[in-house]
Amino acid sequence: MAYGETPSQTVGPYFAYGLTAGQYAYDFTDIADPTVAGPDAKGEHIRITGTVFDGEGNPVNDAMIEIWQADADGVYNENPIDVSGTDFRGLGRCGTGTDAQNRFWFDTVKPGVVADAGAPFVNVIIFMRGMLVHAFTRFYFDDEAELNAKDPVLQSVPENRRDTLIAKRVETPTGIEYRIDIHMQGDAETVFFDV
Amino acid sequence: MSTFKPRDWGSHAPYIAPGYKSTILRGPTRSPLAIKSGLTESTGPRFAPASVRELDFDLTKNGVVNGEPLGERIVVHGRVMDTDGRPQPNTLVEIWQANAAGRYVHKVDQHDAPLDPNFRGSGRCFTDDQGNYKFYTIKPGAYPWGNHFNAWRPNHIHISLFGPGFATRLVTQMYFPGDPLLDLDPIFLGTEDAAARERLIAKFSIDKTEEGFALGYQFDIVLRGRNGTPMEN
Repeated sequence: MAYGETPSQTVGPYFAYGLTAGQYAYDFTDIADPTVAGPDAKGEHIRITGTVFDGEGNPVNDAMIEIWQADADGVYNENPIDVSGTDFRGLGRCGTGTDAQNRFWFDTVKPGVVADAGAPFVNVIIFMRGMLVHAFTRFYFDDEAELNAKDPVLQSVPENRRDTLIAKRVETPTGIEYRIDIHMQGDAETVFFDV
Repeated sequence: MSTFKPRDWGSHAPYIAPGYKSTILRGPTRSPLAIKSGLTESTGPRFAPASVRELDFDLTKNGVVNGEPLGERIVVHGRVMDTDGRPQPNTLVEIWQANAAGRYVHKVDQHDAPLDPNFRGSGRCFTDDQGNYKFYTIKPGAYPWGNHFNAWRPNHIHISLFGPGFATRLVTQMYFPGDPLLDLDPIFLGTEDAAARERLIAKFSIDKTEEGFALGYQFDIVLRGRNGTPMEN
């Protein structure tokens, strides 16, 4: 290794006017926001939502969550800016400081199964004040039990911790939601990955 | 397509670094589970020069309302590369920082220092085909924070990068050489390896300094490299 990696540092409490300006109503453009798929995207339209909890069970109101997912055909769209013809960005970004209950949310489509995976899932990165290094996790779907049983990454997780990665499908008046909370610590600590 | 080398945890802080108090309840307590890198980790959002508007790279201009922002004008040059020294072209670099008085535009920042009506403090730029980036800004001020009695953050600029894949995502902070607050800052010191910490400090450069206009700094950023052999399909 010729060069050492640049260390990660915390995103801090004041990222909003730089990274999530539109969501927090600052006068700057965004390269990503909570809309991962627009209305014309192919696939089942869903909302993914949840809360980030700290080690005392309090909601975190200054986290930033990013998701990265395949489209309904299981293909990653590597161009999140020009989505003409697909209406699918693949990338989402949401801060937890604007919802009254400090939830994150993403409007997207349910991903298809990626070629080398067994089940559909969404990649997740968590940043916040108090994290010097971001953490990676995944969201799987509770109505895909058969495929989940074939997913090599999910199956590599100890059985008693797998539930921390599985979002629960809820039918609401406004559409399909998948709900999943992120627990930074405690008995229900979310499984994080060394990606 | 090849996979990325594992993250070098020795170059990074632990999740729980007790000197930085907020880590105590927010850092995961269990070791992250290693997963075999695959298609997912090798993909990532790729931006284009069109993602960056004309003034996004110039924080001395992109927040102007009725005049020039106050403070010391600087230009930051850098190269984004991987651990094998390969330049990382066409990578998005996002930037945000406090103003010269040490005050953030963010609504939550209540530090008793003035906002600058002509400085927002956020921007972005894009690396060229050699991995080089450049942005203009105002040198940020130090500011107090509540971590411990008389705690002050050293001058710093927040920088966020995607790199070539989802796995190379990095958010970091660039510091300034000779800042006496560095040795007192639990965030900077959270990285236990002293040599790694040095990589967070920009170098002053008289060559990059623009005559009569702006002091120059060089801040190179190193992302994870790739494995030599292509991944199995």
